[in-house]
Amino acid sequence: MEMVRNAVHSVRSIHYRQLATQIISLGMIVTSALIIWKGLMCVTGSESPVVVVLSGSMEPGFQRGDILFLRMTKDPIRAGEIVVFNVDGRDIPIVHRVIKVHERQETGEVEVLTKGDNNYGDDRLLYAQGQLWLQRHHIMGRAVGFLPYVGWVTIIMTEKPVIKYILIGVLGLLVLTSKE
Amino acid sequence: MHSFLLRGNAVLTFALTVLAVACVLASLTDTLHSSKPEVNVEILSVDAFGRNPGGNDEVVLTLHISADLQSVFTWNTKQLFVFLAAEYESSKNVLNQISIWDSIIQSKEDAKIHRRTRNKYSFVDQGSNLRGKDFNLTLHWNIMPVTGAMFSEKRVLTGFRLPKNYM
Repeated sequence: MEMVRNAVHSVRSIHYRQLATQIISLGMIVTSALIIWKGLMCVTGSESPVVVVLSGSMEPGFQRGDILFLRMTKDPIRAGEIVVFNVDGRDIPIVHRVIKVHERQETGEVEVLTKGDNNYGDDRLLYAQGQLWLQRHHIMGRAVGFLPYVGWVTIIMTEKPVIKYILIGVLGLLVLTSKE
Repeated sequence: MHSFLLRGNAVLTFALTVLAVACVLASLTDTLHSSKPEVNVEILSVDAFGRNPGGNDEVVLTLHISADLQSVFTWNTKQLFVFLAAEYESSKNVLNQISIWDSIIQSKEDAKIHRRTRNKYSFVDQGSNLRGKDFNLTLHWNIMPVTGAMFSEKRVLTGFRLPKNYM
């Protein structure tokens, strides 16, 4: 109760210049996070340099809640690589392993089939209607590194948005009422 | 400067930073590791060879796969994903890689493979190029870490050839 009364008192006695400074600092924090994210996109050459594993189709190697570091280079795609791809018409990226590669003679264009380690069959059921292979332009990156458990924060915030709003609300309140 | 929340925040940030550094260091130890794997694959029989309903060449093989991958394991290895790929060139494709068998090895003790098996996944060409075809069988293993960077190694075995005629 004391904390709430103090918070209300400090909000009411705030000076406008101080308020503006604190709002700008908040903006700076958000902007630097965005700069770091975009910078990572440039360095790794991938549209999403970090993804969270959402399903159990790659168990026991990757569990739900792990995060994967991605990188995209011009190197040709080879069997065994773990790639992230988007199926036309769906916006959730899938992270599975390449099991078949057919690379054309002159053009170097490639047709690829993927499969989740923990799935019984290959991914043809997941591809678009009538699509039998993935091409290079479907693939957004290769998984090169891995951290366990860290992605659970993102999963919880996506599946229970209430927690996201509470968190942002509390952080905002802390920034506005801190006397530093 | 001494509130409970600020102290909690400082402890949490420090803990996460230390954890991140520990993960990076653990991953770095993997780069110092050297392994001495032993691999041998034999084709015991060609059980079927012809055109499948889609019009493409398909072959069914019985293989004997033996490998000792115990030296590949490090303290930071969670599992090895091992797969055997048939690799060959055709007139249409400069490279065809077809995974015909795979297995997950979760501990060093299980890393000695002695398997007699049919190909797990279908060995199908794009077209009709497999008669009399010379091909390699390459055993690949993907080293999946407890934390950090993933590595991949392989052993290429050459000298395999499919029959000149359908069976």
